[in-house]
Amino acid sequence: MKKLLKYLRNYKKELIFGPFFKLLEAIFELIVPMVMAKIIDNGIGNNDSSYIFRMCGLIVLLGICGLAFALTCQYLAAKCAYGFGTELRSALYEHINKLSYSGIDKVGTSSLVNRLTNDSNTVQNGVNMFIRLAVRAPFLVIGAAVMAVMIDVKLSLIFFVVAPLISVVIFLIMRKTVPMYKRTQQKLDRAAMLTRENLEGTRVIRAFSRQKEEIDEFKEAVDDIADCSIAVGKISAILNPVAFMVMNLGIVAVIWGGGLRIDSGSLTQGELTAFTNYMTQILLALVVLANLIVLFTKAAASANRISEIFDILPEECGEVTEINKKSDNILEFRNVSFAYEKSGDESLSDISFTLKRGQMLGIIGGTGSGKSTLASLIPCFYRVTSGNVLFAGEDVNDYAPDVLRRNIGYVPQKAVLFSGSVRENMKWRAENASDEEIISALKTAQAWGFISQKPDVLDTRVVQGGKNFSGGQRQRLSIARALVGKPDLIILDDSTSALDYATDLALRKALKEDMSDTSVIMISQRTTSLKDADKIIVMDDGKAVGIGTHEELLASCEVYQEIYRSQMNEKEGDANA
Amino acid sequence: MLKTLKRVFSYARPYILYFVMTVLFAIIGVSLSLAVPVFIGEAVDCCIGKGDVDFDRLKKIVTTLAGMVVCSTLFQWLMSLCTNKLSFLTVRDLRADIFNKLERVPLKYIDGHTKGELTSRVINDIEIISDGLLQGFTQFFSGIITILGTLIFMMTINIRIAFVVVLLTPLSFIAASKITKASHDSYMKQSKLRGDMVALAEEMAGNQKLVKAFVYDERAEKRFAVINKEYGKIGTQATFFSSMTNPTTRFVNGLIYAAVGLLGSLGAIGYSSVIGVMSVGKLSSFLAYANQYTKPFNEISGVFAELQNAIASAQRVFDVLDEEEVTDDSDKAVISDRRGDVSFRSVFFSYTPEVKLIQDFSLDVKSGQRIAIVGPTGCGKSTIINLLLRFYDIDSGTIEVSGKNISDITRDSLRSSFGMVLQDTWIFTGTVAENIAYGLPDASKEQIIEAAKAVYAHGFIKRLPQGYDTIISEDSGLSQGQKQLICIARIMLMDPPMLILDEATSSIDLRTEHKIQKAFIKLMEGRTSFVIAHRLSTIKNSDTILVMDNGNIIEQGSHEKLMKENGFYSKLYNSQFAS
Repeated sequence: MKKLLKYLRNYKKELIFGPFFKLLEAIFELIVPMVMAKIIDNGIGNNDSSYIFRMCGLIVLLGICGLAFALTCQYLAAKCAYGFGTELRSALYEHINKLSYSGIDKVGTSSLVNRLTNDSNTVQNGVNMFIRLAVRAPFLVIGAAVMAVMIDVKLSLIFFVVAPLISVVIFLIMRKTVPMYKRTQQKLDRAAMLTRENLEGTRVIRAFSRQKEEIDEFKEAVDDIADCSIAVGKISAILNPVAFMVMNLGIVAVIWGGGLRIDSGSLTQGELTAFTNYMTQILLALVVLANLIVLFTKAAASANRISEIFDILPEECGEVTEINKKSDNILEFRNVSFAYEKSGDESLSDISFTLKRGQMLGIIGGTGSGKSTLASLIPCFYRVTSGNVLFAGEDVNDYAPDVLRRNIGYVPQKAVLFSGSVRENMKWRAENASDEEIISALKTAQAWGFISQKPDVLDTRVVQGGKNFSGGQRQRLSIARALVGKPDLIILDDSTSALDYATDLALRKALKEDMSDTSVIMISQRTTSLKDADKIIVMDDGKAVGIGTHEELLASCEVYQEIYRSQMNEKEGDANA
Repeated sequence: MLKTLKRVFSYARPYILYFVMTVLFAIIGVSLSLAVPVFIGEAVDCCIGKGDVDFDRLKKIVTTLAGMVVCSTLFQWLMSLCTNKLSFLTVRDLRADIFNKLERVPLKYIDGHTKGELTSRVINDIEIISDGLLQGFTQFFSGIITILGTLIFMMTINIRIAFVVVLLTPLSFIAASKITKASHDSYMKQSKLRGDMVALAEEMAGNQKLVKAFVYDERAEKRFAVINKEYGKIGTQATFFSSMTNPTTRFVNGLIYAAVGLLGSLGAIGYSSVIGVMSVGKLSSFLAYANQYTKPFNEISGVFAELQNAIASAQRVFDVLDEEEVTDDSDKAVISDRRGDVSFRSVFFSYTPEVKLIQDFSLDVKSGQRIAIVGPTGCGKSTIINLLLRFYDIDSGTIEVSGKNISDITRDSLRSSFGMVLQDTWIFTGTVAENIAYGLPDASKEQIIEAAKAVYAHGFIKRLPQGYDTIISEDSGLSQGQKQLICIARIMLMDPPMLILDEATSSIDLRTEHKIQKAFIKLMEGRTSFVIAHRLSTIKNSDTILVMDNGNIIEQGSHEKLMKENGFYSKLYNSQFAS
């Protein structure tokens, strides 16, 4: 949490002057009852109307000053909080962008988004409230107590009983209710989960005619929520009335004690009025304080969640910024092994192969066999545990990651597009790509057909996630996006699964013809897609169980034969049918 | 707006007793607490000065005061308890009702909304109703009582000063409404910017790996920085404006306090002919009222804002509750025949009248036959299933199942004669056994295991940490293929006469896919089945193949017939062998 304080450094002035002005306002607020006491004792006591006028004027003046001070403080608070929030968010986002894939894995992307938006807002709000109230509320309590002592030391003892008593009441009730609120929230989360699952499974539920049971289960869940809420309500409902009671009983004690003191002549009537006034102020301030504690607890939790991200070390960077465009091999794996940080087991073990410029490499194997993991080592998304990955003759760890990645076109398994125009999406890899380059990439990816038919062509809007395109269209657009600017190497991570055979074939042909200098790594489940590859790696349980051309593998690799046969059986079956 | 309000309160009707008690306790509790300053004032008047304290009276006053404080506390607590029960029980019923409704609306409605949106109505909107409408109502109510009460007490003490206070009250309102107006614009701007920022963060940080892969980080940072900076600027403004309310109303309160002090003091020193008789004690209780009187105004304006929110939420909830339900069919016949033949006769259907979909479609399926539906993604293959199971009703024509028109039988009995496995698996949070026994909750452990074995799912289930008792959910780490096998086992256990199968997706690895294929074949033995096929090679043995494109059935017939026709199907079929 302390780490976040540095984002306040540009707002030291606000941080000091904000509470200072609030303090001034509070002081003025505390003076008012004293002035009123003087009015009662001197003005009324001496029948002095001009004194009364003057003093009431003073109260108005104090009010005006108080207002000015308070507004100044509110402004400084808002400025400081939002300034801090803005800097924190920018820094956090920059840090997120520096994280390696392993770093991202540690937190998860949805959590990253949450911390960047919700948590940063909570902390920002915490700073705002800190400036506005953290000084005011305790000061009002202490100030009221000091004023009380100044009026009458003996009578003020009642203060030192009442204030802690109210604090204890607040503390005890909060200690009891906070966990209960959490439990209520959990029950609510459960109801939300049931609703979501129910909506997702509507077809299945109706097909099984299980609506009644679903309704009953949900009924139970909402009963739970009601029970929990009522239980916590019972306790939290005590807080206000009891605090009110303690304070008023305190006032009763003050009056009784005050009566005795007045009788002995050590207290005036006006002072007694002021005394009861301070009593009320204490209560109000303590209630504010209780709410503040809740707010700060939340802000602290959010601050910790943000700090956790700052604690993740950024990606290591190499220094090489030039790519040798003339190297013979575009890619070489030397005895590469890799294990994800979380699991101790190796996901890849001892993989070696080379790929020449312009060649195509196929990778085949079951899910979990390590195909995608292998591919993700090439743009240095993850660092090898042992061995070397060489890109254009240089170890990928030695490159500045940006330089390396700018030369690789990557098509992920899940085709995600971003909101904006098709053109903006196509410029992701190459910022300055011309329309011609984009259209040529779209053509190669077999996407130009449907894009050119849209009335807005390249300006066609893409909604978030690309939901306004079908699965197959999204895949083709995401392939085109990787092709723009002709990278040295393209990685297609099982990215053609939603394409029918005809389109798949046309795509592979176009890749070969249009981008003959570019090397292609194609991960696939279909042997037909990889048949023409210069080299195929057969993955099984993290090991390369076969490397070679289709024919070689068919002759020598058992796993490949098995995969091939299972797919060909279908074909032969068809031929016989 | 009033109608919505009324309707929310109609849900509170069963708890009217709590409502009555809330009002009653509020009146008693608030009145008692309001009387406190009067007694404090009288007590102060008992203590004039040195040697001049009326202890007998003071004692009486102090004991009454203590009693009143305790009683008031008790009633306020009781009031809170009643409010709690009132609001939480009402909200519970409302929630159960809307969930109930969601089970009865046509699928069209659910398909037409995102799951998140509907979930948010069941959870968030109702939470807002609870906070804003019901709890807000009691706050509003006790606020009104406080204002009226203080006014009455002030008037009984001194009607003229009270009149001045009433005159000054609008100041507070005017100030508050001016500030609200000024802050409204920047507030709207701020919440829009916040929405933009969250959307950008979701897109960028949510796809962080892709951002890195494309070295888009600097551009993303720039875009983020632009919104972030603007948000900071507008946010400062909006927050400052809205934070002006408290100091300003405090200031107005101060003015009222000064005015009361001035007039009261003058009244006490002989201007009583103009102002009315005042004593120091009366002045001090008047001052206390002046302080209390202005407070509820702030609260009430807050309540109004929340109320508006709550009414908007309530409207969203009632929109769902007012949706048309599927027609009641409890009086219709039940299929008892389990033959399993199906016929479509000149069926017409479209989701929206403008876009024609299925036109004059006829098909006869005899018991035990296998029908395959093929075509590119998004061509409307699942429409046939929607119609067959009456998730959607046809526009014209008839569909008969086992010789009965499906609109003449209950939906439940129609659906229970089909077993359905969808491409999108559905696993709910529960044990593996519960998931498999979903259609037959009374199934014995042996039956469940037998069904799992039959579809080759037993092997991996056994290896789960707690076997059949392992709690699983949609995202509990089971692979797509494993989830699919559980869904197939679910159907196996049901033993329906007819089947609807949506084939596994391509993201399943080969070995699992083979298992699933084997499981499907096992399942289809002797059953009429409709198969949505993604791989053409797996459906060549089907009795009839329906080829769909753009929502229309463009070809229909056996594999041989379609190949001979040399149309769309044969093109599609041949393309998979070209390389």
